[in-house]
Amino acid sequence: MESNQSKPGLLCNPEGSQRTLYPYVTGTSVVALKYKDGILMAADMGGSYGSTLRYKSVERMKPIGKHSLLGASGEISDFQELLHYLDELILYDNMWDDGNSLGPKEVHNYLTRVMYNRRNKFDPLWNSLVLGGVKKGQKYLGMVSMIGVNFEDNHVATGFGNHLARPILRDEWHENLTFEEGVKLLEKCMRVLLYRDRSAVNKLQISKITEEGVTISQPYSLKTFWGFSAFENPTLGAEGSW
Amino acid sequence: MTPISPHKPAHFCLHQSSLSYSHLTLSSPFLILAYDKIAVASHHLEPMRKGKRKKKPSPGSSQRERERESQSHLLEQKENPNKNRHSFTERERHCDFFLERETKNDAVKMFRNQYDTDVTTWSPAGRLFQVEYAMEAVKQGSAAIGLRSKTHVVLACVNKANSELSSHQKKIFKVDDHIGVAIAGLTADGRVLSRYMRSEAINYNYTYESPLPVGRLVVQLADKAQVCTQRSWKRPYGVGLLVGGLDESGAHLYYNCPSGNYFEYQAFAIGSRSQAAKTYLERRFENFTGSTREDLIKDALIATRETLQGEKLRSSICTIAVVGVGEPFHILDQDTVQKLIDAFEIVQDEAPAAEPDAGAEPAAAAEEGEGSGAGADQAAVPEPDVAPMDI
Repeated sequence: MESNQSKPGLLCNPEGSQRTLYPYVTGTSVVALKYKDGILMAADMGGSYGSTLRYKSVERMKPIGKHSLLGASGEISDFQELLHYLDELILYDNMWDDGNSLGPKEVHNYLTRVMYNRRNKFDPLWNSLVLGGVKKGQKYLGMVSMIGVNFEDNHVATGFGNHLARPILRDEWHENLTFEEGVKLLEKCMRVLLYRDRSAVNKLQISKITEEGVTISQPYSLKTFWGFSAFENPTLGAEGSW
Repeated sequence: MTPISPHKPAHFCLHQSSLSYSHLTLSSPFLILAYDKIAVASHHLEPMRKGKRKKKPSPGSSQRERERESQSHLLEQKENPNKNRHSFTERERHCDFFLERETKNDAVKMFRNQYDTDVTTWSPAGRLFQVEYAMEAVKQGSAAIGLRSKTHVVLACVNKANSELSSHQKKIFKVDDHIGVAIAGLTADGRVLSRYMRSEAINYNYTYESPLPVGRLVVQLADKAQVCTQRSWKRPYGVGLLVGGLDESGAHLYYNCPSGNYFEYQAFAIGSRSQAAKTYLERRFENFTGSTREDLIKDALIATRETLQGEKLRSSICTIAVVGVGEPFHILDQDTVQKLIDAFEIVQDEAPAAEPDAGAEPAAAAEEGEGSGAGADQAAVPEPDVAPMDI
């Protein structure tokens, strides 16, 4: 992280102050849930530039170390910077080479500290993060927001997913979902988001993390149905509308 | 008369660097006396010495030099290439040798020599004497003992108060719920290092919401100690630390020494008379992995008793601390410890054959008998529980 001392001029000069004001290239929701063997997480591959769906192959979920999986929505460049910090963290952890390793709980807390500190400097990392993992049979799923709010739960979602996906999860989630049930549930949530979230693209990945490790699926598309009668000839009866 | 260095009392050998203080002209009566004694004796030694002095070190003699150095530092001084320091008479060089010979019995194993002034000076044999002296300081402290099983670590130490009026020296510190440390040596250094350990543990917990793995703390401590062995304006920490703790890879016991080295142990003892405890532990350590908590504490108490060499073991002179799975680090209170002591000492008094762990008891009793004759103590009327006046 650059020190403020190295840029005294910029600090004093209000026009040159360096802090995040608004995001540019953003990813939309991430949805995740705990199932029998671990965590399932889903995110689409879109990077929006404002209202343009500009990038359609952005991987928004990455494995962290041996035990964790991180998904992010919000500013993609900030997500990449976070990955850089986590890389270094995991590297130093591995360098100890002593049989201890950072688990999902530790990574989650570390991320909370980073996000909260940045927020205190009025220079947030504009992301909502979902951190899931399994260590020694213990499943862990948590979320950190850009202002450092963090919590753990059995199912989490970011952005629009909070409003559209979580109600579905609250109704239909239960302990010990099988892998197939979990995937079906996630796809249901992602389909709703696809229909209703304008920054969603129909190309998604589902990843799972278990005691054995992380698997991120190949990108695929969901089947959608647009054959509603109201969509046929939509301008019928709207004289003079465009 | 050529002056002798005023700094050195007669019972230390005068070594080369002191003799370079020839510009000083102090002549205390005491030193004159010593010098005279030496001058007289020098006659007898002169012929032999002459011969020795003439020997120049040959190129292949570095091995010999090393051997000689470790045996007698005086000879090393004689063959030292710093010829410009030889601004004194034969007689003075004599007096080094004589004094050393005379006082060899009194001297500690470490001799004073010209390579021990600061920690950044190597000796020709590749030793840092200041670091070794720091390890001697650890041996001067009262004993501290540690043992571990698969699930528990027990730390025990002998607490001697300076007098009846004073309180005991605190030697066991809690670093975190899952780590504790017992110290031997300079307790002030130990206190400072415990504070460092506590701060590291708490910082780790704050960032990661998870207890600091013991192995990592120990490495940080060792690196901190190493720094002090490589700066001319610092001195090594004069304290040995027995760090015991639990983490996800199990129970651990480490020993950190002032040199910056650390080792992991199944059981270990440091401080004065720790050899007796180590001997006891060496006999029993193979069983420790599977020991129960109670057996481990009992072994710790017996090992502590070994270091007391005859004195009766009472809870007022020892401290026991335990950490284990599901049990945060805590120091056992006096009553609990006294009850444990009474329990196994009563067992000691009863016929060993009657006990289920008869195998252990006679062995312990035998060691007792050899080392201390404390068997008699236990049978005797219990003395009033008084702290000793002096160590």
